[in-house]
Amino acid sequence: MFAKKTAEQIKLETRPSGAGATAFYNNPKYRGWIYQTALFVFLIGFFYSIISNTLDNMSAQGIKSGFSFLNTSAGFDVLMSLIPYETTDSYSQLFIIGILNTILVSAIGIIFSTILGFIFGIAYFSHNWLIKQIAIVYVEIFRNIPVILQVIFWYTVFNALPIARESLSLGDAIFLNVTGLYFPMLVGDSGSEFVYGAIVIAIIAVFVIKRWAKKRQDLTGEQFPVLWTSLGILFGLPLLVLLVTGIPFHLDYPALRGFNFRGGVSVIPELISLAIALSVYTGAFIAEAVRAGIQSVPKGQTEAARSIGLKESKIMSLIIVPQSMRVITPMLNSEYQSLVKNTTIATAIGYPELFTVFAGSALNQVGQAIEIMFMTLAIYFIINMVISVIMNHFNKRTELSSR
Amino acid sequence: MKIKNIAITLAATGLIFSAQASVAGTTLESVKKKGVLSCGVSVGLAGFSQKDEKGQWSGLDVDVCRGVAAAVLGDASKVQYKPLTAKERFTALQSGEIDILSRNTTWTHTRDTSLGLNFAGVIYYDGAGFMVSKKLGVKSAKELDGANACIQAGTSTELAISDYFRENNMKYKAITFDTSDQTRAGFESGRCDFLVSDQSQLYALRIGLKNPDGALVLPEVISKEPLGPVVRQNDDEWFNIVKWVVNASIEGEYQGVTSKNADDLKSKGNPGQKRLLGTEGDLGEKLGLSADWAYQVIKQVGNYSESFDRNVGEGSPLKIARGLNAQWNKGGILYSPAMR
Repeated sequence: MFAKKTAEQIKLETRPSGAGATAFYNNPKYRGWIYQTALFVFLIGFFYSIISNTLDNMSAQGIKSGFSFLNTSAGFDVLMSLIPYETTDSYSQLFIIGILNTILVSAIGIIFSTILGFIFGIAYFSHNWLIKQIAIVYVEIFRNIPVILQVIFWYTVFNALPIARESLSLGDAIFLNVTGLYFPMLVGDSGSEFVYGAIVIAIIAVFVIKRWAKKRQDLTGEQFPVLWTSLGILFGLPLLVLLVTGIPFHLDYPALRGFNFRGGVSVIPELISLAIALSVYTGAFIAEAVRAGIQSVPKGQTEAARSIGLKESKIMSLIIVPQSMRVITPMLNSEYQSLVKNTTIATAIGYPELFTVFAGSALNQVGQAIEIMFMTLAIYFIINMVISVIMNHFNKRTELSSR
Repeated sequence: MKIKNIAITLAATGLIFSAQASVAGTTLESVKKKGVLSCGVSVGLAGFSQKDEKGQWSGLDVDVCRGVAAAVLGDASKVQYKPLTAKERFTALQSGEIDILSRNTTWTHTRDTSLGLNFAGVIYYDGAGFMVSKKLGVKSAKELDGANACIQAGTSTELAISDYFRENNMKYKAITFDTSDQTRAGFESGRCDFLVSDQSQLYALRIGLKNPDGALVLPEVISKEPLGPVVRQNDDEWFNIVKWVVNASIEGEYQGVTSKNADDLKSKGNPGQKRLLGTEGDLGEKLGLSADWAYQVIKQVGNYSESFDRNVGEGSPLKIARGLNAQWNKGGILYSPAMR
C-alpha cells in the first residue's frame, strides 16, 4: 500500500501543475495525510474496540478487572528472591521478584553461552583433530535436542544427588546436595573498606595504563606488556593493602542446622539447572554464528597477517575475530533474545522467574488473566528491546566503515 | 481504488465488531446441540480423575461429568474430557472451552466472587495436610521449621501452608511444581522435606511412590478444602442442573436408591424415591430436563456412596474412610437440600 503510494506520488509530482485545477483530495500532499490519518483512526478504533469489548465481556461474566490486586497481599512463598520477601508482601513485590529472577538467569545465560560459543566456534578451526571433533559434537548434540528436555535432564541430574544430611563436601566448606550448592561467603570486617578502595584504584589504573600504552604504541611503535602489568596491579595492590590492614575479612561457612544448610551463599538447583541448560543450548547456536563469522573473513587476511610475521594466536585475536564480529553480532542479538524468551521453560522445574511466579501462581490466585498477561508480555518486550538497543549500538561500531 | 479498499475493510471490521457482544446461547442448549459434554478434569490423580490403559476415565470428579451427561443427554459416556493443570483450569472454564470444571477444586471466597464462576456444590470435604519421609523422624507438623515444601502451583494449598507457618512462627521454603506428578518426584528425590496437599491427594500420591511405606502422612489438617464442580456465572439454568445432579447423587444414597434397585423403586418406591426417580412430580421439567434425569444419573453412575466406594473408598486402592463425607445422619456432613 505504501510502496504504491510513493510511486503514485512521483507520477503526480512529475505532472505539470494545472492552474489550481486539482481538487485538494488529488493533491499528493493532502492525500498522503488523509491516508495516514484514516489508518491512524482505524488503528485506534480497532484497539479501542478490542479492549472495550474484552472489558465488557469480562464484566458481563462477572470477572473482576483492574490493577488493584497489585496492592493486595500475595500470601504465598517464592523459592528464591533477590530482594527481601515475606508472604504478606504484595503482588507488585512479587512482580519485581519475578523480573529480577528472570534478569538474573538471563544474564548468567548470556555470559556463559557467549563464552562457550566463542570457545567452541573458534575450536572448530583448530588444527588439532580432537579439539575440532569435540567442537562439532558439542554443536550437533546440544543444538538438536529441545531445550526443555535439556532443562529437565540437568534437573534430574541434580535430583539424583544425595539429601542434605549426606551432602558431598569439599573441605567442609563447599557442600553439594539435592537442595543446592552451598559455599562460604566472604564477610568484610572494619578496615575492609580500604581493600575495596584499593580494588577500585587498581581498576582505574589498569584503564589509564591501557590508554597510555596504546598512545605510546601509536607514537613510537613500541609495545608495552599491558596484560601482565594489569594483572600485577589488579592483584598486587589489593593484596598489599590486605596484608597492611591485617586481612579484615572472615568467611561465613554454611553449616547443617535443622533440615538444611544455613549461612554462606546458597544456589538453588533450579537456577543451576536452568542456567546450565540455557548456556549450553544457546552456546551451541552461538558457536555456529562464530564459525560463520570467522569463515566470512577472506583467507587472504590470514595469509597477509602471516606474511608480516604475526603469531598464529595473535592472528585470531587481532585480525580474524574483530573482522568476523560484523557477521556474528546480528546473530548474537537474536540468540540473546531467544535465550531470554527461553527462560520461561523454568516453569517445568519451578525456578521462580517472571512467567512461573507471576503468569503462573499469581495469575491462578487472583484470576486476572488479561492484566497479568499484559504486564508479563510487556516485561519480556522491554528486556528484549534493551538487548536489541545495546546490540545495535555494538553492531554500529563493528560495521565495515568504508572510507 | 485504494479508497474503496479501505472503505470495504472499515465496513467489514465495523460489522464484525458490532456483532460481537451477544453470548452464544446457554450452556444447556450448546451441550444438547453438540451431543457431548465437555468436562475439565485433572491431568491424573488417583481416585479423582485418572485414565486407564484403554483411555477410559474414572474417579470421583469424573463421576460428576458422567452424571451431568446422563441427566442432560441420557448417556453417561457422552463426555469429552479435557485434562487441565491447576494453573489452566479457570481460564479454560471462563473462555468456554469446557462446560464444567470438575477437578478437585477448592471452593474459596475469592474464586467464587472474582472469577465469574459459580461453585455448584461439594462432592468431597477435604483439608490440606503434610506427607513426610519416615526417615526424617518427624511426628508432627510443628517440627517442620526451616524445611523445604513441595507444593503444586496455583492451588489454595499454596496459601494455606503460608498461613499455617506464619501462625506458628515457623519458616519454610516453597518449591512449586506444575503437576502433582512433578510434586511427587520432587518429594521422592529429597528436593523437599515434606509434601503439602489436600489429604485425599496425599494418599493418592503416596500409593504412587516407589516405597509407599517410607512416607508418613502427619496428623495435622491445616485448612478447609471443600472440593466440587464449577460452572460459569450468569447461566442459572446450567448452574441449577449441575447443582442438582450433585444433590441427586447424595439424595440417592440418603433415600437408599442405588444403581441396582433404581428400576424397581421407580414403581414400587416410597413418594420420596418416586419423586427422585421421576415417576412422581415434575422435578425434571423444572430443570429443563426429562422426567427421568435423576434416574439416569443413579442408574448409570450410581449414588454418592457407590461412587465414593468405587473410586476412593473401600473398593479402591486408596481405602479412604468416609469421615466427614458420610451422610449427615451417619456422622458426616453430607446433606442434600430437599428434593421436592
